[in-house]
Amino acid sequence: MIIPFQHQSQAHCESGVTSNLFRHHGLPISEPLSFGIGSGIFFAHIPFIKVNGMPGTTYRVYPGKIFSNVCDRLGVKSRSEKFSTVEAAMKKLDQNIENGIPSGLQVGVFYLPFLPEVFRFHFNAHNLIVFGKEKNTYSISDPVLENSVTIEYEDLAKARFAKGYPEPKGRMYYLTHVPAMKDVNLPLAIQKGIKQTCFFMTSPPIKWFGVNSIDFLSKQIRNYPTKLDSRKSTLYLGNLIRMQEEIGTGGAGFRFLYAAFLQEASQITNNPYLKELSEEMTRIGDQWRNFAYQTARVCKSRGNDVMGFGEIADLLHSIYLSEKQFYNHLKKVYP
Amino acid sequence: MNINEVPQDKKNFKDGDKAPKKVMYVTTQDGSYTQTQSAGWEAENLALEQAWEEIETQLQEEKILVQENKVSPISYYMKKNRMDLPILASYVSMWQWRVKRHLKPTVFKSLSDSILKKYADAFNISIEVLKNVD
Repeated sequence: MIIPFQHQSQAHCESGVTSNLFRHHGLPISEPLSFGIGSGIFFAHIPFIKVNGMPGTTYRVYPGKIFSNVCDRLGVKSRSEKFSTVEAAMKKLDQNIENGIPSGLQVGVFYLPFLPEVFRFHFNAHNLIVFGKEKNTYSISDPVLENSVTIEYEDLAKARFAKGYPEPKGRMYYLTHVPAMKDVNLPLAIQKGIKQTCFFMTSPPIKWFGVNSIDFLSKQIRNYPTKLDSRKSTLYLGNLIRMQEEIGTGGAGFRFLYAAFLQEASQITNNPYLKELSEEMTRIGDQWRNFAYQTARVCKSRGNDVMGFGEIADLLHSIYLSEKQFYNHLKKVYP
Repeated sequence: MNINEVPQDKKNFKDGDKAPKKVMYVTTQDGSYTQTQSAGWEAENLALEQAWEEIETQLQEEKILVQENKVSPISYYMKKNRMDLPILASYVSMWQWRVKRHLKPTVFKSLSDSILKKYADAFNISIEVLKNVD
């Protein structure tokens, strides 16, 4: 059975899946809107948590949070389930498809044969939608792809039970009740999303989270030439670029996606100041792009460009100042 | 970023030419946001290519270490599958310290076939291949 499902490519897997699922159920929420209402934007640099041997860096909130936030704030009811066995997980998925419910899955990308090998690392927070099954083959809508694809039972089972943090454990989620567009209070949902983002970005008292951690990372990078060998420092910097720009961020580590959200929010709430803030965020996004570009230059020199580390640390420090100012402005919208 | 500045730099390493075009959010001339597609960007390509070069380098180093009998083949195949200790331990359902012991050649030689099978399955290879680094 194949559920008539309209695949649409999006920048980011989780906000993309959220947007595509909602649209299927008659609630047209764009990707930027789901990202902003879901309080998706973030920054954290936690050097003592190593991901694939690299210091953990993220430009977004933790996996699953965007979907649950958007559901809460729009009054959408959903179910999320984890499973202890492959059989139970696949059986429940099959039942959902039989009942005509397209279902979101958290999967590891290492075992997804439809992605080129060059992207296949042990990254377990990818999201996609299953909307059909014929014999042993599932129909998949992966928001980062241009078209829908198919996958065999065995591969999908492996991807759903990939190991390593964050372990999917077959996690499946789907919508059970979706209100009509006229019953949704979008301005209130936008307000809640923005308020939580401001809180997450500016209030953590520890240096690893929020805007402060951008400055923290800047200081770390300044010390790379004295603390790390050139091979390691090159890898660490390269990892930053990948987290920021490789598939799924919409550019500049979600900053452009958030700027697009602010612009849409400005129209919905009829607040021209949000449009100004959108422009401010676009300029911050451009700063991040420049940072990635200059960082790539330092990577290219394989750590020989010692001056370069200071220069990109300076760039990052100025991004820290810009973001700090930005969130002070954003806070004032909903005091 | 303006829609005119979107880079279209393809990846020309490994199977990077098969990389899907990715969606970017950019501004148009009047400042409004829109979705567009990018084939890639040189900065991000360089970072990904260097990550792969590092994997290749590490694999060569591991191979020599296995030949010199300094680490067991498990260490080599772990790198080959882009795993680290916590991930591998999780796949074979063993404590990390236990997997770490199995990275020693002497311990590896004493492993039973049932333990070897666990590793072989995790790496999607046979026990014979696991015992010999290609």
